[in-house]
Amino acid sequence: MTPLRHHRTTRSEFQKKVLGFFAVGITVVGGFIVFGTAMFMLLHFLIKGLPHISWEFLSQAPRNNNTEGGIFPAIYGTTFLVLTMALLGVPVGTATALYLTEYAKQQSFFAKSVRFAVNTLAGVPSIVFGLFGVGFFIQFVGGGIDSLAGMEGGAVFGHPALIWASATLSILTLPVVIVSVEEALKAVPRELREASLALGATKWQTIWKIVLPNSLTGILTGSILAVGRGAGEVAPIIFVGAVYSLPELPTGVTDQFMHLGYHLFVLATQSPDVDAVAPQQYATTVVLLMLTFGLNFTATIIRSRIRKKRLG
Amino acid sequence: MGKEQERIKIRTNDFNFYYGDNRALHNISVEIPENRVVAFIGPSGCGKSTFLRSMNRMNDVIDGTSVKGAIVINGIDIYDKTVDVVELRKLVGMVFQKHIPFPKSIYDNVAYGLYLSGRKNKTEVEGIVEQSLKRSALWEEVKDRLNESAMSLSGGQQQRLCIARAVAVDPEVLLMDEPCSALDPISTAKIEELIGELKDTYTIIIVTHNMQQAARVSDFTGFFYMGNLVEFDKTRTIFTTPSKKETEDYITGRFG
Repeated sequence: MTPLRHHRTTRSEFQKKVLGFFAVGITVVGGFIVFGTAMFMLLHFLIKGLPHISWEFLSQAPRNNNTEGGIFPAIYGTTFLVLTMALLGVPVGTATALYLTEYAKQQSFFAKSVRFAVNTLAGVPSIVFGLFGVGFFIQFVGGGIDSLAGMEGGAVFGHPALIWASATLSILTLPVVIVSVEEALKAVPRELREASLALGATKWQTIWKIVLPNSLTGILTGSILAVGRGAGEVAPIIFVGAVYSLPELPTGVTDQFMHLGYHLFVLATQSPDVDAVAPQQYATTVVLLMLTFGLNFTATIIRSRIRKKRLG
Repeated sequence: MGKEQERIKIRTNDFNFYYGDNRALHNISVEIPENRVVAFIGPSGCGKSTFLRSMNRMNDVIDGTSVKGAIVINGIDIYDKTVDVVELRKLVGMVFQKHIPFPKSIYDNVAYGLYLSGRKNKTEVEGIVEQSLKRSALWEEVKDRLNESAMSLSGGQQQRLCIARAVAVDPEVLLMDEPCSALDPISTAKIEELIGELKDTYTIIIVTHNMQQAARVSDFTGFFYMGNLVEFDKTRTIFTTPSKKETEDYITGRFG
């Protein structure tokens, strides 16, 4: 008998049980930590925040140093922001996904570069997107438009504004859109494409009439996930258009805007009276959580439906 | 009657097909007569489907494939650089193994190919849809529900719809890639009957695993084995007095 074998056979049943118990125990503890944290966070905010949510809170502007009134401008600003973002980002993301799945030769240098770029974008810290937004969108693009139009820099486009915040966020959420749309495109059966081609359809006709209509739910999922992600991001928009407070709601894309996440930051760090602001802060948190949870939940449901359809 | 008296629709000349470096078809030379049903049989992976899909250049969509030699249809080498694949595929229609209609209405499935060519005249399209559905022996079953989803049809009806869809664009050749392998015997019988009727109008090439089917529906049969067209002759000859031993072994069930 080899020593190794000897050693194994002499390990007692009791030792084995203890080891097994620990192994299971560690994994279960891990699960509890995750579950407990999520539940504690959710319940904590719901209990403290829900009682302060009222129609007034949802429909009015903040008053009296944010201790009274509501958060309507922030809800409005966030909605305006993410819708504009989706409008800018979803077409670009869809086009990229179409290129990657339908047109690119998978081993080509350009296709690999695009994939590398998508993965890189997904890993860039969000504050960096904010700085990029200032340098590229506001100063270069916005300032460029202004000076081309013969105005001095910053007159119309060359300053922090909703359009630049939306553009910045749309780049941040591009990977989400691309991955979702790609998944949906790949779910369209090869036979459908071939049947279309065999009837004398061009590649583009096949994509436009068969592939895209059959991927609409996937594109929708991607958009919702992107909106959910974009709605919760604060860091990238601080420099590019979000503001403390506004006398009026933004009416156009070159206006600045209030934002739920940023408003939360303001409430938590910039208030003279922390206790007076606390209820507003909790209630705002709940609204933001509901918004992002709701969006992610919807996307998850649509996505699982697509998967079922593909398997069925 | 010899092949000499037939009008040749498709002629292939030392046709070779490659998936990357892998040669899937070896010097295939065959003459396919007009308005006849030609069946290609052979074990899985023998190249018969690859050959079929070469005739409407359906393999073009697969990365890394290449061809050598010629396939000549109506006197034109379809792999010539000047050939428009879209026009070729209108001339050479295809019915697939899986009967997957487009997730659209019955009417729109048949009209799809017409819309592609920009034919939007309603009475014209309606007429062609009706004619195509009649031709594929489906009209009586669906004439009152043309706007229902094609997914509501049975498997056999869906396959006949796929035939109607192919017929609507007025091809001269119909390629059928194991059109009955996913169907029950009754639906299969209907499709086989239909094939017999369609050959008055079209040149039909069918790939099948089912030797009895080849014997029933075809005028000519070719036996493929390991990328070679081992033997091609009148169906009766192939099934009664094949000249090659491999063919005999295959049709008598000794392998494959």
